[in-house]
Amino acid sequence: MMARQNDLIGLNFLRLGIVSLAIGMFFGVIGGFQFLFPDFLQELLFNRTRPIHVSMVVSWIFLAAIGGIYFYLPRQQKLSLWSPNAAKIHFWVFIVTGIAILYSYVTGKFGGREYFMFPAILSLPIFLTWILFGVNYFNTLRKYKEPWPVYYWMWGTGIVFFFITFCESYLWLIPYFRESMVREIIVQWKSYGALTGSWNMLVYGTAIYVATRIAGNQDAAKSKMAYGLFFLGLTNLIFGWAHHTYLVPSQTWIRVLAYAISMTELFILGKILWDWRASLTTFQKNQHCNAYRFMFAADIWVFINLVLALIISVPAFNLITHGTHITVAHAMGSTIGINTMILLSSLFYVVREELPENVHASCSKQVMTGFWITNVSLAIFFLALVMAGFGRGLYEGASFQEMALQIRPFLVVFAISGIALMLGMWLVLWNAFRLLGKIISSANGEKVRGDGELSTANS
Amino acid sequence: MIFGTLFLSFVFYSAYIYTAGTEVAHGPEISDEARRGQQVYQEYNCMACHQFYGLGGYMGPDLTNVISNRGAAYAGAFIAAGTATMPNLGLSPEETSDVVAFLGFVDTTGTYPPKNYDVTWYGTVRQEDDPQ
Repeated sequence: MMARQNDLIGLNFLRLGIVSLAIGMFFGVIGGFQFLFPDFLQELLFNRTRPIHVSMVVSWIFLAAIGGIYFYLPRQQKLSLWSPNAAKIHFWVFIVTGIAILYSYVTGKFGGREYFMFPAILSLPIFLTWILFGVNYFNTLRKYKEPWPVYYWMWGTGIVFFFITFCESYLWLIPYFRESMVREIIVQWKSYGALTGSWNMLVYGTAIYVATRIAGNQDAAKSKMAYGLFFLGLTNLIFGWAHHTYLVPSQTWIRVLAYAISMTELFILGKILWDWRASLTTFQKNQHCNAYRFMFAADIWVFINLVLALIISVPAFNLITHGTHITVAHAMGSTIGINTMILLSSLFYVVREELPENVHASCSKQVMTGFWITNVSLAIFFLALVMAGFGRGLYEGASFQEMALQIRPFLVVFAISGIALMLGMWLVLWNAFRLLGKIISSANGEKVRGDGELSTANS
Repeated sequence: MIFGTLFLSFVFYSAYIYTAGTEVAHGPEISDEARRGQQVYQEYNCMACHQFYGLGGYMGPDLTNVISNRGAAYAGAFIAAGTATMPNLGLSPEETSDVVAFLGFVDTTGTYPPKNYDVTWYGTVRQEDDPQ
């Protein structure tokens, strides 16, 4: 069945997300080299390349998750959007705002906050369209009369809490907050920690949605374990952020509570995905080969990140790891290894569902090549950051330059593996981009040509 | 029911964090000069490379206690002239002075990394140099 015009808005979000990630990775590679050679690209210093990298990669996560929701609800759940026009406005405002943000970075106009380094005024359109998105989502789901499967709860909670925490991240505009340094830092990281929790809700909801669709039953979305994950995720979102601020002099019990809660969330997700993987038949694995591989990779990265998260959440270890590249390894491992792998699984699930086998093979050679390059280089990249972090954390001297020289070999590995990571990801993204384009073409009534590539599953 | 309880927890916990949870005794109130310095720090996106309390970018050093460790003159010279690894961002003398005042204000709020602390057997850390 061909996608309809009103399904296309979700696909456009997905394609915009792909472009955003491709650009974000390019600037990540430039930033990696600027770590080694600070003079590299004088016209666009690190204080400009880093915000471009961060904003584009964060945008990818949001765009791909939002695109999935806008696509899955009308196309697969038969819940036509309450307002397709609101979704279109959302899309175009995102594009215009994104261009304005990039322009502000390139011309050196900053808001100077972590994650949101653009001028505060540019948050206004994001804020307003997020309201539009929320209204559209909840009004669309009013047509769904049965008890909600857990992914609807996760998406809804992600939408609500992003709105709240996004507002919270701008409390610094009020003098009461910014003029007490401890309050300023704690509230800033409370909002960012919870905001990350809110996008995890969107992404993990997508993971469970795709997993249950591929498995062909809703058990994983209505199980006690799934709701357990949801409530633990929500608890982490509310209290777990303080593991970022163990060393900031806030009330001690806030930090102890965060320590206790930080141990749980990833384990539960890993268990659900692991159970799901074991329940799949060979046919289902082959039928959704690309989507399955990316979800499997996410599963492996969940466990790798779980180990690191457990270590850095213990305050005694956090003394060494905090403020080092280990935190970057944790962030990269989570955003690329978990979130991006889940979202790529979602993209290729859409492709598999919408394009027949003679147009695109289940186990595409190019996608699998990109998959392996991405995951192997990510493992090296991750390890290099962990080693650099230990080098920085264990350094006992007083010279920053001396410490930087000591960890330089690890940063060289980090920069080189970053190039391989970008190239592997570009290969995957290019295939996803053009295949989604084929779905859009077919919805517009154009004839779609095949890849000429045989499915490994069928050959 | 569980969702409602958690949401209410979020509301009350946030209110606590905004008030008593972050009400710590520290030195003098922020001065006008430091307030302007905070603004300059953000306008030049210094956080892309530097941290306070280990939070921020990792290209440059943490600046929480740079004034007590290195002195205001040292910090001012770095900002004004740049180094081999830090670009001269072209701050005016007034802006430089404001940023140094801001760094001085941050310095009064605590110690990072902690110098005097106890680690318990279950892994928590009690910082004796916390201002509270």
